[in-house]
Amino acid sequence: MEQQSITTKERLAIPRQVMPAQEPDARSKNFREVNLGYTPELAQKEALRCIQCKDPACIKGCPVNIKIDQFIKMIADGNFLGAAKKIKEDSVLPAVCGRVCPQEDQCEKVCVLTKKRESVAIGNLERFAADYERESGNIELPAVQASTGKKVAIIGSGPAGLSCANDLAQLGHSVTVFEALHELGGVLMYGIPEFRLPKTIVQTEIEGMKKLGITFVPNAVAGRSVTVDELLDEEGFDAVFIGVGAGLPWFMGIPGENLVGVYSANEFLTRVNLMKSYDFPESDTPVFNCQGKNVAVFGGGNTAMDAVRTAKRLGAEHAYIVYRRSEAEMPARREEVHHAKEEGVEFLMLMNPLEFVGNDQQWLTGAKCLKMELGEPDDSGRRRPVPIKDSEFILPIDMAVISIGNGSNPLIKQTTPDINVSKRDTIVVDINTMATSKENVYAGGDIVTGGATVILAMGAGRTAAAAIHEKLMGTIAS
Amino acid sequence: MVSFRLTIKSSESPSSYEIEEPMYKIVSAQFLAENIKKIEIEAPRIAKKRKAGQFVMIRVGQTGERVPLTIAGSDPEKGTITIIVQGMGKSTRELNRKEAGDTINDIVGPLGAPSHIENFGTAVSIGGGVGAAIAYPTAVALKEAGNYVITINGARTKDLVILENEMSAVSDEAYITTDDGSYGFHGFVTQKLQELIDSGKKIDYVLAIGPIPMMKAIAEVTRPYNIQTVVSLNPIMVDGTGMCGGCRVTVNNEIKFACVDGPEFDAHQVDFKNLTDRNKIYLPEEKQSAEAYVHQCNLQKQV
Repeated sequence: MEQQSITTKERLAIPRQVMPAQEPDARSKNFREVNLGYTPELAQKEALRCIQCKDPACIKGCPVNIKIDQFIKMIADGNFLGAAKKIKEDSVLPAVCGRVCPQEDQCEKVCVLTKKRESVAIGNLERFAADYERESGNIELPAVQASTGKKVAIIGSGPAGLSCANDLAQLGHSVTVFEALHELGGVLMYGIPEFRLPKTIVQTEIEGMKKLGITFVPNAVAGRSVTVDELLDEEGFDAVFIGVGAGLPWFMGIPGENLVGVYSANEFLTRVNLMKSYDFPESDTPVFNCQGKNVAVFGGGNTAMDAVRTAKRLGAEHAYIVYRRSEAEMPARREEVHHAKEEGVEFLMLMNPLEFVGNDQQWLTGAKCLKMELGEPDDSGRRRPVPIKDSEFILPIDMAVISIGNGSNPLIKQTTPDINVSKRDTIVVDINTMATSKENVYAGGDIVTGGATVILAMGAGRTAAAAIHEKLMGTIAS
Repeated sequence: MVSFRLTIKSSESPSSYEIEEPMYKIVSAQFLAENIKKIEIEAPRIAKKRKAGQFVMIRVGQTGERVPLTIAGSDPEKGTITIIVQGMGKSTRELNRKEAGDTINDIVGPLGAPSHIENFGTAVSIGGGVGAAIAYPTAVALKEAGNYVITINGARTKDLVILENEMSAVSDEAYITTDDGSYGFHGFVTQKLQELIDSGKKIDYVLAIGPIPMMKAIAEVTRPYNIQTVVSLNPIMVDGTGMCGGCRVTVNNEIKFACVDGPEFDAHQVDFKNLTDRNKIYLPEEKQSAEAYVHQCNLQKQV
């Protein structure tokens, strides 16, 4: 009851509690998680900073509208399990989102405290509550409503698919999730590195969903192993949700991209995260031996940060980020940039790769780059990079990772031509229901938006689940 | 999905079962030649859908890598597919030690675009070494489409010739070549193909599957005659679904993903040098894994 005796002035006097982390020197040599999480004391102290607004802006800033004020109050009161339960009313994967959500652009951005001081560390508190619950072993399963007799197929076990599956299972539908890879979790498993999101956390969340009665079928590629039409017409599913992610890496289209040692970020990260090649030869899958080598990652997003920090951990002598604009324009989260710098990653800004060069065995030896300067703002409002004349030089590198985004995997489009797609091959949906142009087929996540965030994908999954429920139950009523 | 071990979780809702561990059972396994094994695996979904030219990704054990292997045949009724595996690196050797009743961890497919099959007229299907395992199903499909089918099945020596009877059953003309002359035509598959062309036979289509130097050589044999020639490429893959781009090959100076755009491409436009070079990236690691595995097997034998 301590918080009742505390005045607003006293609350505001508490500084934002710093997230404990592994020391940069130590962590840049291991794959363990960088952030260590709040202790209960730190969490309670941070929770006391929340002034419990009457009309909390943070909730509106959250794509899934977590009742942020309520769960933070519970943490302040020491009711940690209650806080976890409160978050789970709106979010399927709090331990994941507490780690990888861009809170600084969502809930924390609109926190009233930001007017004069730092926002409440909502993400850190979310993570704390979820971790506390998991580590206590008292994970409470949500209630499942009586069976509706309806069957829904979910394609893809990433954030969109998992959140859609979870909601539909709780509403009493029979849910089967199909996953192309041998491990469940999609990008949470193959994309985001262990040091940012430990895989056991993802696996625990999925185990919980299995207990809700959700069936998971790994090793099933939509469009190849089974098509959307077969699910609807032959396998008796009443609706299908497509959450297959953005599945085809873009390359830059410059000479030399097929040299040995040039990777897509997807390949590099999949080898290391999903196939655990950091553990070679204990794990059978190898990856480029970065030990003492120079590695450059081309791109400025979160995936680029993940890739470059991974290269550093694999022993790279120099690990560079090469980006054609300036640091201010980089889409990566500030925390990731900050962590990367602390770990010794070198940022080469305003530099545009023109060509990869190699030796006579076609092994990569360098990237020919052009220096840039910032000109007038372009369509995106960001200042356009303009080449500096005669500034070409060769950056000596042994490995390159291309991290400039993903296109859409063509398999669904090829095998289900009656689902409308955009010019960029993303699936076109009604944003209120996530319904596609095909009856009883819904879609959400990166396959609709192009590369975006975990929480946006989860939000789309939830929207689709609500619409699918309404459609299926409406059918019964009529 | 009979390939999953299922446990009914609660009596009130029989539809809610959980998958303990998806494991795939080997139904039969026998050696066709030294180090080349034919393995039949329970995989009903794949068996039902697979077409000639498609492949599966296999992960043998819990720490295994994902290995692409072309499907040699299937039995949709029985729900099984057949692969033919030559023990090369650790994973394929491990696979070749499996017997009927054993399981493998993961199999996914069918992946890749199916072979483009039509009635070309006279079609030659060429398999070099274990490549015959892939040339065979395409020969079957070509025959079914009404082609006059010629098969050339090449091996180093007589003992390594596989699928001789199967090939011969589906062919209008079937040839065996051995490098050492111990059986059939003495020489390479390219020499046999050249001989057929020189004999004045009109050839409309050639499919060649085997080691990269062989496929490259076939492309050079047919190029002067403008014979449509297709090869099935074998770059290193990780996921096999288009997600990683590791399998990209250079075809007509463009980047293609073998897993979704291929694996079959126009032989006259493939940059074979690039493929050869890219396939060498993990040679030291592959050698290390294979040697450690052989060592471990030898230790087991001694116990």
